[in-house]
Amino acid sequence: MQSGRTRTAEMPPWPPIRQSAWCRGGVVPADAARPRVLILACGALARELGVIIDRNGLAGFDVECLPARLHSRPEQIPGAVDRHLRRVVGRYERIFVAYADCGTGGRLDEVLARYGVERLTGAHCYQFYAGTDRFQALHEEEPGTLYLTDYVVRHFDRLIWRGLGLDRHPELLEDYFGNYRRVVYLAQTENPALTAQAEAAADRLGLILEHRYVGYGELEPALVDITAPAETRVATA
Amino acid sequence: MDEIDEIYEAVLDGDMRATPEYVQAALDAGVSASAILQEGMIAAMNEVGRLFEEDEYFVPEMLIAARAMKAGLSILRPFLVDAGIEPVGKVVLGTVQGDMHDIGKNLVGMMLEGAGFEIVDLGTDVAPAQFVEAVRNGVDILGLSALLTTTLSSMESTIKAIEEAGLRGAVKLMVGGAPVTDGYARKIGADGYAPDASQAATLAISLIA
Repeated sequence: MQSGRTRTAEMPPWPPIRQSAWCRGGVVPADAARPRVLILACGALARELGVIIDRNGLAGFDVECLPARLHSRPEQIPGAVDRHLRRVVGRYERIFVAYADCGTGGRLDEVLARYGVERLTGAHCYQFYAGTDRFQALHEEEPGTLYLTDYVVRHFDRLIWRGLGLDRHPELLEDYFGNYRRVVYLAQTENPALTAQAEAAADRLGLILEHRYVGYGELEPALVDITAPAETRVATA
Repeated sequence: MDEIDEIYEAVLDGDMRATPEYVQAALDAGVSASAILQEGMIAAMNEVGRLFEEDEYFVPEMLIAARAMKAGLSILRPFLVDAGIEPVGKVVLGTVQGDMHDIGKNLVGMMLEGAGFEIVDLGTDVAPAQFVEAVRNGVDILGLSALLTTTLSSMESTIKAIEEAGLRGAVKLMVGGAPVTDGYARKIGADGYAPDASQAATLAISLIA
């Protein structure tokens, strides 16, 4: 695969082009014209987007990621997406936002409606990874479930342990997780090291772990479709 | 530093061990229960709310401050009763049916308690009928919490159940939780929405004013 245009949202909007470990999408043949499609993604999906792009040979679009830390600050997502769309609107024929509602309570949709931009379906990444029906069944089976994905497992200490202040105040563990009964790891990859990390995470929370390999779920077909030529596109997200 | 200042600082620091000790010391020194509550604990929780809104305190700091306040209140409460100091209002809180999340709801409860309200916490996964029953028993404000987009509909069905029971005029309804917006609150017929626990206390006071 050719190296392509890759930017993160913190970088100047155009034209600086840099490689970034966070957001490695931006897949453009060297002699290609400027892409007409932009995927504006959650930084917490960057690694997974890269895998999907590689294994499907997707090309001809830019990928830009907003900071992954927004995963833990959903109230900041609509504003961050709005600011970014304002900068790039008009530069692309089509923009797709690789976020679900992500706890914004429809505020993200209000922003996207102003720009006529679409996003991933569903409430959050757990839902589109597991699939809507499967996620609903998991929730009904046990509402007191904490969900992990590969990303959350990798960053468990920063996102959850330190993010909730449990490193400083371990006495808050019961306040945070007293109502939870289990941890379900919705794994994107079959990776024994990550599974061990997930087990350790559940253990720290005093909860049992259930491992469910779900792969990329609804994210992969959505991405394949959005990057397909318009005449071959079947559905959006 | 006088007794009230020590209580104020202990709550602000989330010192769960020192707060009840300082409360007891203040009572032993003859400080009135009302002054301890108003100038020590409520003032400290107001400051916690201000710091939270200014991004100087975050959820963990707010939680440990609230725990310290509760520890202090456990010592103070009998003296408040003896002194005839009434709560400013009664609030019933609960997380709606299908939703087990309660950190936000607990924080709201603690902040409201810190603002002088009596709190009845119905817990999580609360069915509409349980909320209706609580309202029937007499309450000034009912607070509904939801974290999941998928359980927002339970918020709406709870309000409908209260309307159908003919109790809508008997209670003020406030709602909150990550996916809740001001627009959604209006749409389902709530009296108010607060985006965080600190503002929930301000909202509750305005609802009973």
